[in-house]
Amino acid sequence: MKILVPVKRVVDYNIKPRVKADGSGVETAGVKMSMNPFDEIAVEEAVRLREKGAASEVVVVSIGVQQAQDTLRTAMAMGADRAILVLTDESPEPLAVAKVLKTLVEKEGPSLVVLGKQAIDDDMNATGQMLAGLLGWGQGTFASKVDVVDGRVNVSREIDGGTEQVSLALPAIITADLRLNEPRYASLPNIMKAKKKPLETIPAADLGVDMTPRLTVVSVAEPAERKAGIKVGSATELVEKLRNEAKVI
Amino acid sequence: MTALVLLDHEGGQIRKAALSAVTAATRLGDVHVLVAGDAALAQAASQIAGVSKVLHAADARYAHELAEPLAALLVSLAGSYDHIVAAAGATGKNVLPRAAALLDVQPIPDVVSIVDAQTFVRPIYAGNALATVRSSDAKKVLTVRSASFDAAPAEGGSAQVEVVAAVDSPDVSRFEAVQLSDSARPDLESARVVVSGGRGMGSEEKFHALDPLADVLGAAVGASRAAVDSGFVPNELQVGQTGKIVAPELYMAFGISGAIQHLAGMKDSRVIVAVNKDPEAPIFQVADYGIVGDLFEVVPQLVEELKK
Repeated sequence: MKILVPVKRVVDYNIKPRVKADGSGVETAGVKMSMNPFDEIAVEEAVRLREKGAASEVVVVSIGVQQAQDTLRTAMAMGADRAILVLTDESPEPLAVAKVLKTLVEKEGPSLVVLGKQAIDDDMNATGQMLAGLLGWGQGTFASKVDVVDGRVNVSREIDGGTEQVSLALPAIITADLRLNEPRYASLPNIMKAKKKPLETIPAADLGVDMTPRLTVVSVAEPAERKAGIKVGSATELVEKLRNEAKVI
Repeated sequence: MTALVLLDHEGGQIRKAALSAVTAATRLGDVHVLVAGDAALAQAASQIAGVSKVLHAADARYAHELAEPLAALLVSLAGSYDHIVAAAGATGKNVLPRAAALLDVQPIPDVVSIVDAQTFVRPIYAGNALATVRSSDAKKVLTVRSASFDAAPAEGGSAQVEVVAAVDSPDVSRFEAVQLSDSARPDLESARVVVSGGRGMGSEEKFHALDPLADVLGAAVGASRAAVDSGFVPNELQVGQTGKIVAPELYMAFGISGAIQHLAGMKDSRVIVAVNKDPEAPIFQVADYGIVGDLFEVVPQLVEELKK
């Protein structure tokens, strides 16, 4: 069984994003970029499934600029077997990404596609669900536990009031939540090995997918800053302030 | 124009967040709602103020709001609607993007403000930026943040209920079980006061130090990702970028350092209180009132004071 894991290159999660002065977006030039943290969890889960013998091959794919190769190499250093880069200068929306991934799924024939539940740049939380819809596959979103058993995949999902279990026929889509696993660090020998693993580049235009954006960004702005308030010396003073100044209790 | 709101439910109740989605939809036109489950839910939906029609998906396949059948049903109903809306909770985020893909629409998640019928404001980068986006799709599919829209009154409406027939969808998923926390406390997303703990709580046992304070304030209990990852509390209590987004009147953070991922979930609260041993903790930069000190000493003192 083959597993496909899409990964996205995003602004590193430790960097505080800065809105561009012209309000056209968030500054990414000269900013440290890394693999989307949720995608690291997805890669880890796929690699673990292969290590357990539930899968035979893990293929990672990224859609983006040449530098997304670094993200793919990181995924291969974590244990993915090979990589595909769909090359484009655009930053496609989840609908376009899902359409591109669908063409790759049709070509590669995976039994499972594991994605991060959301990317920490656009916070869309949509690609996995959209790919599942386009393929007519079952979807186990916000997964905190995944078991492949007898041609099905059982998924524990984090929901608003607790946890839910669903069982999906294979092939299926999984989207990884924070607590699915703790991704490993790539060791130096594995980073070296990853440089020799196959990485295929496909120009996005060759896939024949309409990637025209549906959303126009009118503006991007900084949210209203919250000002630091005051420090109080005691619980008594705090309760007095909350009662008489903030009038909130 | 007419909007269709998917009303999600949990434990036999329509979620309060869904009532906020109704309010958002009233800004877009006439409001119809779709509710999947038993007749009591449809009855409750018909009472919501501002709803003019209830579509009741009574077939058993919809009872657990599984994405595969429910998205197919939404697609079959979508023809008459300009907007399809849901609360940005676990159900809305699971079902709506799937329906959007089937409709060839790019969804707009986590809307915090409606500019006009095509134009919406949504946070990106964990709320560090607000993007205003205009959709060119014929239909708009959006999820809305409950913290940004008041809940529609649950009473006062008298909408007609119409049962909708089931439609075919791929039989690829099966509901197995659900574990809901049986807390007697108010719902985290709609509580007036939230008392939250972080890594500084120390352990699952010590996290309960917040219980007496939550009791005296009638507050919901929340947590930072660090506290959830450490196993102090279950995942449904997480406040932050990938957890619950809350905006109560009063948010009290104990032993929470204030990572941007956490601030993304609570910085729109009206009044923020922080108690932390570390005077440099970033949480103090957004707190209206701070106490530098040991939370295990401060919390009992607060309880005593509040009882006076």
